[in-house]
Amino acid sequence: MTLNIIWYVLFVIIIAGYLILDGFDLGVGILHLFIGKNDTERRLVLNSIGPIWDGNEVWLIVGGGVLFAAFPLAYASLFSGFYLAMMLVLLFLILRTVAIEFRSKREPQGWRNLWDIVFSLSSLCIALLLGVAFGNIIAGLPLDAEGNIHIMLFEMLKPFPLLVGITAVAMMAMHGAIFLLLKTGDELQQRVKHWAPRLMVIFFVLNSLVVAAVFFFQTHTMENYNSSLLLGLFPAIALVALIVAWRMVRAERYFVAFVASSAMITLLLFSGAIGLYPNLLISSIDPANNLTINNAASANNTLRVMLVITLIGLPFVLAYTAGVYYFFRGKTELTAESY
Amino acid sequence: MNPEMLSRLQFALTASFHYIYPPISIGLGLIMVLLGVLYIRSRNPLWRRMSFFWVKIYALVFAMGIATGVVQEFEFGMNWADYSRFVGNIFGSLLAAEGVFAFFLEGGFLGLMLFGGRRLGPRMWLFATFMVAFGAHFSAVWIIMANSWMQTPEGYTVTVTDSGARAVMTSFWEVMFTPSFLSRIGHVLVSAWMVGTSLVLSVSAWYLLKKRHLEVAKAGFKITIALFFVLSLVQVVVFGSESASIVAEYQPSKLAAMEGLWETTDCAPMTLIGWIDKESGTTKGIQIPCMLSFLVGGSTDTVVVGLNDIPEELWPPLQATFMAYRIMISLGSIFIPIGLLGVIFYYWQGRIFNMRWLLWIFVLSIFLTEAVTLSGWAVAEIGRQPWIVYGVMKTAEGVSPTLTTAEVVASLSIFIFLYIALFALFIFLLNAKIQHGPDELEEDKPVSALPDTFREVFGRPRVS
Repeated sequence: MTLNIIWYVLFVIIIAGYLILDGFDLGVGILHLFIGKNDTERRLVLNSIGPIWDGNEVWLIVGGGVLFAAFPLAYASLFSGFYLAMMLVLLFLILRTVAIEFRSKREPQGWRNLWDIVFSLSSLCIALLLGVAFGNIIAGLPLDAEGNIHIMLFEMLKPFPLLVGITAVAMMAMHGAIFLLLKTGDELQQRVKHWAPRLMVIFFVLNSLVVAAVFFFQTHTMENYNSSLLLGLFPAIALVALIVAWRMVRAERYFVAFVASSAMITLLLFSGAIGLYPNLLISSIDPANNLTINNAASANNTLRVMLVITLIGLPFVLAYTAGVYYFFRGKTELTAESY
Repeated sequence: MNPEMLSRLQFALTASFHYIYPPISIGLGLIMVLLGVLYIRSRNPLWRRMSFFWVKIYALVFAMGIATGVVQEFEFGMNWADYSRFVGNIFGSLLAAEGVFAFFLEGGFLGLMLFGGRRLGPRMWLFATFMVAFGAHFSAVWIIMANSWMQTPEGYTVTVTDSGARAVMTSFWEVMFTPSFLSRIGHVLVSAWMVGTSLVLSVSAWYLLKKRHLEVAKAGFKITIALFFVLSLVQVVVFGSESASIVAEYQPSKLAAMEGLWETTDCAPMTLIGWIDKESGTTKGIQIPCMLSFLVGGSTDTVVVGLNDIPEELWPPLQATFMAYRIMISLGSIFIPIGLLGVIFYYWQGRIFNMRWLLWIFVLSIFLTEAVTLSGWAVAEIGRQPWIVYGVMKTAEGVSPTLTTAEVVASLSIFIFLYIALFALFIFLLNAKIQHGPDELEEDKPVSALPDTFREVFGRPRVS
């Protein structure tokens, strides 16, 4: 039992790591076309994430692996049920990776424009699809007694999941803008300065709508909050973190703003995870079909082995990730190796 | 076609296309480490120049590996949900461990390796390169553990739960070190090193033929030719035959299909070239008497099980397994004489540099090593059929129950078009890099001024 809770928390932490890290580089991708006005600027934008985007994406792969190992029934139901949506996510992940790598390999402007568009659009679509998927998970899915989800791609595009999807795009764009404030200078930074507060306002409005929609229409996720009001601290502190991020952007203390924005993303994700607990996937057909952290989990032996693996591995991961970020700190400069 | 067959095709396509790239990440990674060591020991700028050239190729290959690799992690859940439910306890743990231990390592240090050449001193750059190469090797270890468990499962019991049967881990140690793991990881790593060395040999031979970048090309031969020969020998003599005897012991249906052996017999023959005639239940071609028995058991008296003693519904696709195996062993054996000729004429006063026919063979070697590697995987995976976990679960039982034919047709079509386009672009860009060749060594700063210890790296002043 305890192991299952530990794994639920660890899984959420890994997804939070993904949203914080790949969140800003997806955000940089979403903004890429608007922020960079010429080739040099676009290269600066792209190279701000150049040495780190791949490490960031690993958090998603590890999240998938951890879900497979710790909660295999949820892994199997989710990805087979979301088959075509997941196929689209994979398509855009592939296109985004090659766009980053291919873009600056040739000189012609047409070639570079093409890959700029692919990079930006695929970043946007990944953020949107992940948000829509998360919206569907909160709203509940047609999960039958065998644990299978029967849903068509277009059935996933209901108003609430779409709202969550657009909010996810806004969140990553905002987070990416704050990251770009750290990494750019001069005219380019001025342009980001123009956009960052606006994106924060857009995100705030959209996210308030999501919260309202959850409060009024997704009441099944409010049960845990009703039973312990203290849990309300998670969304409350998320709001505080957003305000801090806003003030720090205004005060041009971008590093603190970035930390605040990261904290907000983590707290928002935990707020959602608290709403779901102890479910991983909620059935809209019959609550008895819900996949929970207990009935969808691997046996204790596996959970214990995995915990040892994670406790050995993760400290190293955090140490060298921090080291690499520290090494590439400061404003982005273009060198012979750059994209 | 039904969703199962289409899913098998899709997995075969995506896994094969992906596996073009990781052997290069592993093999070329090893050579990048070698170049770094050579430069630090000799301070000869040639090695540094070569590092700068090959790291660009490495970046391109690695990006293709990442792009196509992410598919693999999610395809088990998408197309093989019932398989995932059954093996999540075990197979899932190995994939998760690969992520935690290997992918993070590669992903974390890749940025330093690709962007650190002119920002890090040679020791620190070598450190980053080593970590990426180590991550690539370590990743192979976990994935071969996972695949070996599918071939020769151990360390588990099957328990029946409310939601169906599950393979539950009884010993993680036995899960990691199944009987086939050690010989298979050796087989895979040696093949990856052969792909890496043959890539360097291929590009170097091309430059020699075109009379370009001669210094770099000759140095390329110098560091790889002997290694290539030794690896080709080790592969056949040690790991190839070791793998065959383990297949004989644990997967008799696979061995019978690989060899096209119908009757259970001692003194079983080995077919060099031939084909399976399923109608008449015979295998036609050139055969060496008793060779198979000798190969799998070390003695001509060893009894090998034939297809006639295995129920037909447990046969893998015979012709495909048989032919893939023929391609693997016949091409695999050719590398020994090729490597030997290369070594002889390289060390005999560098005569190879003027032997155009031999250089052309080396230009082609990268295509051959890649082809052998992929056909080896075809033997392993097609030969395991109809099982997804050998002897425990059938492939047909593993497919996602919700999957429709239309869905897999859609995803398979996307993959086919996408991968054809990507491969064309990859070859185009790779060729452009190779034709451009290594740049002259330009340094913004003298090498000695670059931070070359952890203290210097982390103590440097802010850039701005």
